[in-house]
Amino acid sequence: MNVMEKNMATAEEKMVQWDPTDVKAELLKKYPPKVARKRAKQILINEALENETPEITANVRTIPGIITMRGCTYAGCKGVIMGPTRDIVNLVHGPIGCSFYAWLTRRNQTDAGEDGEQYMNYCFSTDMQDSDIIFGGEKKLAAAIQEIYDLMHPKSITVFATCPVGLIGDDIHTVAKNMKEKLGDCNVFAFSCEGYKGVSQSAGHHIANNQIFRHLIGEDDTPREGKYRINLLGEYNIGGDGFEIDRILKKCGITCLATFSGNSTYDQFASAHQADLNAVMCHRSINYVADMLETKFGIPWIKVNFIGAHATAKSLRKIAAYFEDQELIDRVEEVIAEEMPQVEAAIADVRPRTEGKTAMLFVGGSRAHHYQELFRELGMKTISAGYEFAHRDDYEGRHVLPTLKVDADSRNIEEIEVEADEKRYRPRKSEEELKALEAAGLEFKEYRGLIPEMEEGTLVIDDLNQYEAEKLVELMKPDIFCAGIKEKYSIQKLGVPMKQLHSYDSGGPYAGFRGAVNFYHEIDRLVNSRVWSYMKAPWQENPQLSAAYVWE
Amino acid sequence: MRKVAIYGKGGIGKSTTTQNTVAGLVEMGRKVMVVGCDPKADSTRLLLGGLAQKSVLDTLREEGEDVELEDIRKAGYGGTWCVESGGPEPGVGCAGRGIITSINMLESLGAYDEDEELDYAFYDVLGDVVCGGFAMPIRDGKAQEIYIVCSGEMMAMYAANNISKGITKFAQSGDVRLGGLICNSRKVDNEKEMIEKFAERLGTQMIYFVPRDNDVQRAEINRQTVIQWKPDAPQAGEYRGLAKAIDENDNFVIPTPLEIEELEELLMEFGLMN
Repeated sequence: MNVMEKNMATAEEKMVQWDPTDVKAELLKKYPPKVARKRAKQILINEALENETPEITANVRTIPGIITMRGCTYAGCKGVIMGPTRDIVNLVHGPIGCSFYAWLTRRNQTDAGEDGEQYMNYCFSTDMQDSDIIFGGEKKLAAAIQEIYDLMHPKSITVFATCPVGLIGDDIHTVAKNMKEKLGDCNVFAFSCEGYKGVSQSAGHHIANNQIFRHLIGEDDTPREGKYRINLLGEYNIGGDGFEIDRILKKCGITCLATFSGNSTYDQFASAHQADLNAVMCHRSINYVADMLETKFGIPWIKVNFIGAHATAKSLRKIAAYFEDQELIDRVEEVIAEEMPQVEAAIADVRPRTEGKTAMLFVGGSRAHHYQELFRELGMKTISAGYEFAHRDDYEGRHVLPTLKVDADSRNIEEIEVEADEKRYRPRKSEEELKALEAAGLEFKEYRGLIPEMEEGTLVIDDLNQYEAEKLVELMKPDIFCAGIKEKYSIQKLGVPMKQLHSYDSGGPYAGFRGAVNFYHEIDRLVNSRVWSYMKAPWQENPQLSAAYVWE
Repeated sequence: MRKVAIYGKGGIGKSTTTQNTVAGLVEMGRKVMVVGCDPKADSTRLLLGGLAQKSVLDTLREEGEDVELEDIRKAGYGGTWCVESGGPEPGVGCAGRGIITSINMLESLGAYDEDEELDYAFYDVLGDVVCGGFAMPIRDGKAQEIYIVCSGEMMAMYAANNISKGITKFAQSGDVRLGGLICNSRKVDNEKEMIEKFAERLGTQMIYFVPRDNDVQRAEINRQTVIQWKPDAPQAGEYRGLAKAIDENDNFVIPTPLEIEELEELLMEFGLMN
C-alpha cells in the first residue's frame, strides 16, 4: 500500500467512526448545561430540509470563559477596513498596547502608486498615559493630528477610539472636525470604534464603512475614465489577492475604480460613486455599503467570488453579462480560455495527491465559504466550517434578513439613513433592464450563504473556540485546518497542518487564476508533508515519567 | 491612625463639615491629614485660608514622577496636613482615575507612615459613589470608617442610601464600616427624628445633628472654620460636639441599605406627621 492509499484509507475510517450527531454531543459534553444550551444553537448539523435552510444562531455574545477566535470592534475597524488603505494616515487614540493594531498586523499589500504616498507601514498612536486618562486626551490628540500633518501632509487622517477613550468620553469627532477646518486641505474624521462595542469585529466593520460613506465617498466628481467601470467591495489585498484580481480585470478591459479597501487610496474612495456596478466579495463586511451606494447613487450590486479558478471565471462572466456588451463578453471568454490551461494543468498535477482529503475552515465572515471552492477544485471535502463574526444571512442567505432579530448589541451600532442624491443619483439600469437581466439568470443583491453549499451531514459551527477546535480536530482528524494566527500553533501541536486564511502565513496571492495555482501547491505541500506524523512528544509515548528529588 | 472618609450628596456640606470637624479634633490635640478627593480642589480652603494648595495631579503633571511629599501637602490650621487630589476640568478625562493615582502617590511618598504620627486621615469625597475611582477611598482599606453627611431632603437621603450600598459591597471584602450619619440640617420638618429613624433602618446611628447657622457662611466668607473665626460662637460648640462624637465613636457597622419604596415610606411617615 503506498502512502496515498494509506492516507485515504484512514480518512474513510475517520468518517465512518463519527456520526455528526455524536461529534456535536461530544463538543457540548464538557459544558455546564446553560452554556451547552447556548452553544448547541451555534453548532448545526447540515441537513437538507424541505425548501428550507436550517437555522443557526450567529452574531451573539461570546459566553464568558470561552476562548473565542473573535477580535474586538477596534480591530475590525482599524485592522480590517482601514488598515489596507495606503495614503490615509491611521492614528490610534489610545494606550500603546491597543496600538499593536497601528502596526501593519495583517498582510495587506500595496504598490505605493505613482505618487508614492504610502503610509501603511508607519504606526501612529497618541500613546495615552495615566495623566491623559485623568485629564482627557483631546489636546494630545489634536497635537498628534497636527504633528502627522506637518510630517506627512496626507490627504486624510483618520482617528480610532480605543476602549479608554470611550470610558473617559474624549470627543474625538469634534477634535477631528476642528482639525479638518484648521488644516484646510486634509480630511480628518474619526471612528467611535471602542473595542467593547458589539459582539465581534463585525461591529467595527460597520463603524468604519459608515464613516467612509459619510466622509469620503462622493467627495470627488472629477470624471473617471473607463468603459466598464466597477468597484470591488470587500477585497482586502491580503498577500496580493487584489493585485491578481486587478490583473485579470485589466486584462478583460474592466476598470476597477475603487477597491474597498485593499490597496486603496483616498481618491479611489472619493470617486467610487462614479462606478456602474458594485461587485461584492466579502458579503459580511460590506453588503450594507453596496446597498447604500445603490440607494444614494443608483449603482446595482452583485455578489462575486474570486477565490477559486472556476468561481473567478463565473464572476467575470457575471460582470460581463451585466454590461450586456458583446465585446466584453467575448473578451472575458478569451481571458478565461487563456488563463484556465495553467489552472487545469496544476489541478491535474496536484489532485491525485489531494483527492478525498478533508478540510476544516473557521475564518472570517466570507472566507470559510469562499475557500471551499478551492478545496473542491482539489477534490477535498470541507467537513466542518464556520465564521468568527458573520451574521445569519452569511450562513443561510439574504432571505433571512427581514427576520433577523435586532438585539441590544446590534442596536448599539449606528445605521445610516441614506436617500437618493439629488444631483448624482442615476439608475445605471432601468427597472425593465434589471428584470430582463434577472430573467437571464443574473442575480442582483443576492447571496445564498454558506450552509446551502455545504454537503449534508457536515458541521457548521459559529464562533468556534479554542476548546471546540481542539476537540473537533481530535475527533474528526481533518487533513488540514484553516483559521487564524491564534489557532495556528495549538492545531499544529495536535499534528494537523494548519493554514492561516487571514494572513496566508507568508504565502499568497490565492485569488484569481494564478492565486488558485499557488493555493493548490500550498495545500499539496501541507497535506502531503510527513512532518506532522513526527509531532509526538516524548510523554505521548511514555506518559509516566519518574524522577526523584536530589535531597531524597 | 484612624482613616475616615466623608461621603454625601453633592452640595450637602461635606467639605465644610469635614474642615470644621477637623478644627475641633485639632483643638483636642489630634494630628490630622485632610485629603480632598474633589477635582474642584476646595476641600482644604478653610483650613489653609484660601485656595492656596497645588493639587497632587497638577504637581505630577508638571514635575513628572519626581515629586516630594512637601510639594503636595501644606500645613493648615493647627498643624493639619492639607492635600488636594485635584482632577480634570469638568466634562473631560476621568476624575476617578485621578483619585486612585493621587492616593497611591501619597502612600508611596510615605504620607501615612508611622513617623508622621497622624491620629486621623480624612478623605473628603465628591458626591455620590459614581464610579470605581470615587469608591477608591473605601476600597482596599484606604478608609476604614465612613460618615455620610445628609439632611432630611429626599435626594440627600437617597444618596446616603446609595453610598451605603457601596459600603456594603466593599465591607464584604475589606474592613470598611459605616460610622454614622451626620445630619447637616436643612430645617426640614421632623428632620432629626427622621434621620434618626433612617440611621436605625440602615443599622447605624445619627452621630450628630448639626443645626443650621449663618455663622458657617460668615466663617466661609472669611476663609476660616467657625472654630477659628469665632471660637465662642454656638456653632463652634456644635462642631466641637461632632468632633468629640467621632473621636469617641465605637459604633461601626456594615449598613443594611433600604429599598427605594421603604425610603419613600419613611419620608411619607415623617413628612406628614404634623
